[in-house]
Amino acid sequence: MIRLSNLSVSEPGYTAGAGASRPLLEVENLFVEFHTREGVAKVINGVTYDVRAGETLAVLGESGSGKSVTAQTIMGILDMPPGRVAGGSIRFHGRDMLAMSAEERRKIRGEGIAMVFQDALSALNPTFTVGFQIAEQYRIRRGLSRGEAKRRAIEILDQVKIPNAKQRVTEYPHQFSGGMRQRVMIAMSLALDPEVLIADEPTTALDVTVQAQIMDLLAELQRDRQMGMILITHDLGVVADVADRIAVMYAGRIVEQANVHELYANPGHPYTIGLINSIPRIDEKGQELRTIKGLPPNLMRIPSGCPFHPRCPRAEQVCTQQLPPLLQVGPTRASACHFAEEMVSRG
Amino acid sequence: MAENILEVDNVVKHYPVTQGVLFKKTIGQVKAVDGVSFALRAGETLGIVGESGCGKSTLSRVLMNLERPTSGLVRYRGRDISTLRGRGLKRMRRQIQLVMQDPYTSLNPRMTVGDLIGEPFEIHTEVAPKGSRRRKVQELLELVGLNPEHLNRYPHQFSGGQRQRIGIARALALKPEIVVCDEPVSALDVSIQAQVMNLLEKLQNELGLAYIFIAHDLSVVRHLSDRVGVMYLGKLVELGTDEEIYERPTHPYTQALLSAVPVPDPTVREHKQIIRLTGDVPSPANPPSGCRFRTRCWKAQDLCAEQEPLLTTRARTDHPSACHYAEIREIVATHEG
Amino acid sequence: MSDPGENVEAAVRPGVAPGGLHTAETPVPAPATGKPRGQFADVWAELRRKPMFWISAFLILVFLVMAAFPSLFTSIDPDQGSLRDNLQGPSKDAWFGRDIQGRDIYARTIYGAQASIVVSVIATLGTVLIGGFIGVVSGYIGGWVDGLLSRIADVFFGLPFLLGALLILFTFNPPGSAPSKLKVEALVAVSLMVLSWPVSMRIMRSAVLSVKEADYIVAARALGASPFRIVLRHVIPNCLASMLVYSTILIGSFIGAEATLSYLGVGLKSPAMSWGIMINEAQQFLRDVPGWLFFPAAFLVTAVLAFVMLGESIREALDPKLR
Repeated sequence: MIRLSNLSVSEPGYTAGAGASRPLLEVENLFVEFHTREGVAKVINGVTYDVRAGETLAVLGESGSGKSVTAQTIMGILDMPPGRVAGGSIRFHGRDMLAMSAEERRKIRGEGIAMVFQDALSALNPTFTVGFQIAEQYRIRRGLSRGEAKRRAIEILDQVKIPNAKQRVTEYPHQFSGGMRQRVMIAMSLALDPEVLIADEPTTALDVTVQAQIMDLLAELQRDRQMGMILITHDLGVVADVADRIAVMYAGRIVEQANVHELYANPGHPYTIGLINSIPRIDEKGQELRTIKGLPPNLMRIPSGCPFHPRCPRAEQVCTQQLPPLLQVGPTRASACHFAEEMVSRG
Repeated sequence: MAENILEVDNVVKHYPVTQGVLFKKTIGQVKAVDGVSFALRAGETLGIVGESGCGKSTLSRVLMNLERPTSGLVRYRGRDISTLRGRGLKRMRRQIQLVMQDPYTSLNPRMTVGDLIGEPFEIHTEVAPKGSRRRKVQELLELVGLNPEHLNRYPHQFSGGQRQRIGIARALALKPEIVVCDEPVSALDVSIQAQVMNLLEKLQNELGLAYIFIAHDLSVVRHLSDRVGVMYLGKLVELGTDEEIYERPTHPYTQALLSAVPVPDPTVREHKQIIRLTGDVPSPANPPSGCRFRTRCWKAQDLCAEQEPLLTTRARTDHPSACHYAEIREIVATHEG
Repeated sequence: MSDPGENVEAAVRPGVAPGGLHTAETPVPAPATGKPRGQFADVWAELRRKPMFWISAFLILVFLVMAAFPSLFTSIDPDQGSLRDNLQGPSKDAWFGRDIQGRDIYARTIYGAQASIVVSVIATLGTVLIGGFIGVVSGYIGGWVDGLLSRIADVFFGLPFLLGALLILFTFNPPGSAPSKLKVEALVAVSLMVLSWPVSMRIMRSAVLSVKEADYIVAARALGASPFRIVLRHVIPNCLASMLVYSTILIGSFIGAEATLSYLGVGLKSPAMSWGIMINEAQQFLRDVPGWLFFPAAFLVTAVLAFVMLGESIREALDPKLR
């Protein structure tokens, strides 16, 4: 067995596709804390994941699992204070971003790594036209002329399939519907051709029919541009539709990593099993839902041993004492459970 | 079949759009709910699904008598309740209660849990004599799975799921016959959502409640509902049992909606057909003529613009559907296990 | 999407009128959920950590005691003076010196606190009650009632404060007349109220407007609660926070206003004691006894500052964004 948190995750055969190329973005053993007047909250406790060109990694977790904070740390938009990176590294093309100067990091933002947020309305500036906000990036970052920048803004709005892009470029964010606004935000994040796109709950605020449109668009753009995509979500359905690999987060740790088919067919961590069991399904009329008992932990007092043990149906003595490391349990999967091998082999 | 306890008859709710500050001039109507009819039977769960802006929340407000309908009737056990006032209204409220979406904003942050759940008894003093109220509140807390000792805590000391339980306990205090649940689990995390749904089911079995379950999540609605109504732009477009709606949908909108729901099963994604709707929902202030869905419908003909399809059972359907060309089509990809 | 981060978020914004969406993931952790703590307890916990709060609270306490029991601070009769000693500088007997009539400036400064505190506290109470009541009526009922009350408030708000106060006091308390101290204090307080209620009305009105649409108000209506009950139990308790902050700061500014009016000769008049009067009397003798002007002015500034600081620290404790 190999300890994933000590070794690079790019073990041979570990990745889903994209050949043997080095990952674009590697998060390794990341720790983030929040210092508040109540105490120190350990929000991220040793997260390790990577994403390669052309693949979609879904980071799945409930609120408070640290999935969004990880993304904010990668983007360098975490509020510090109260946040503080307490350890680990984030490497983009092999270079540690946490050791870079602010200037260097700023350069990566947008051109190297871009982000799509959940709430497009508050992420866009209401006082400028959509076209201006997109064109501004071309003018500042690429030094394009006003006219050229506007032409490029229309082009990118076209690419995200906004009808009448030429006219709509002069409109303000509030004049767009929810779905269209999310397209504008995607256009904006793609303007500088990023290699990695982080989408943080991109469809959570949208209606089902619009949600499907946006997920389609994201998947298509990701394929065409061969971007690496990190899709942060709580929705197991969305994940099943688009992800190549999945990392499941709980209490600031990754508890399971696997490719999408393995994870759903044969989950290797009791938390993943609990999640899959607790969602009602549209394709079957269920009986009583099997729930995960209890509540997620208080991040200021994370339980000893495995943080999931108070809610775990198969917890034993060892779980209350030893923190299970994220260990490889198959060629393409890893789980942080003392009984992972047992669970995976039985399935 | 159980008796109908609530009948909604052609309910319309329009909101005027006004212009001017001092002398307001009505320049249009937002047709939030525009002629909705259905009946609720004792002890059943009727799900109402629809996307944002379809009027489902306005409908819940009309049912709760928080808004008076522009026209139409809401009858509880044969009596029109939409025109009730004063004491009659207050008495009726004991029978129909509400569970709201957001557990953060639906509880007064300045009141303790004991006061919150006890408030129904203070308003309807005849339900429980003063001395027994504390015990009743504790019983309610226990019923919804909370610690009865936590009477003196404030809402912010509870998690979202626990707060939603407090909201449910408050709704049950007066022993209502009907509970209108307006998106009761959509603000909750997946694992907590399941706990609350199980609780709602348990309470229905124990207390014989009838639910009107309003939600945008089709999976959640299917899980809890006996019958389901689908709303689009202020109208019911299809109404049927859960099997009729989910396995034999006939209205194109229902079909599109169902096809768009992501199924948590990666094996489905290869052979799943998603009906992609183009465009956005039109404004309820200016809905399309005829069938309101025609602007996004792939089946639309000239007839659809001219004549409004009624919600009736048609030649090729086995349940009411408001489409001229209603036809059964299997959508939801079934899977093994 | 809110379960775990959540006792969290509530703890981060206790005491603040609720409403507004929470972000999907609040990284700030949960507080100790073990012991029950009320909304105000959280604010108190926050206040307790602020030096600014303790300093201002201490100063306010001193001024309140000074107003109620001036004899605790000095055994000297502020009205006793001998013309022989007039315009003396500070000495062992008279720490701040003596005024034109030979009276002890220290004692007079201490006794002068009373007028300021009494007038400002009464005026603030009145302003907050009148303005708050009209604000609740206007905000909760809305419609034409709101329109009418808001326009009336606008009219009063439009009056320049000093001009309005001078006008009222010149009419009812013209220079040269000698009404009783109590009557003048009441007059000053009333004129402050009349001119200041629109601000507290607006604060209350906007608080009510934001609370009125809250889900818990809808929930109360669905339970069948009467409008009276809704206002009393649900609306007002959730609007008090902003009024509390405002009224604390208002006391400070009223202390200044009282002094200004006394200085201008339309407020309290000699022989009554007030910092404003002292400053007025002292200005011609600035070169002889600078302390005559300096000390009452210093007390005045300190008192105003203390209340403003207290208000600010309460505001910060109530507003999670400032933490």
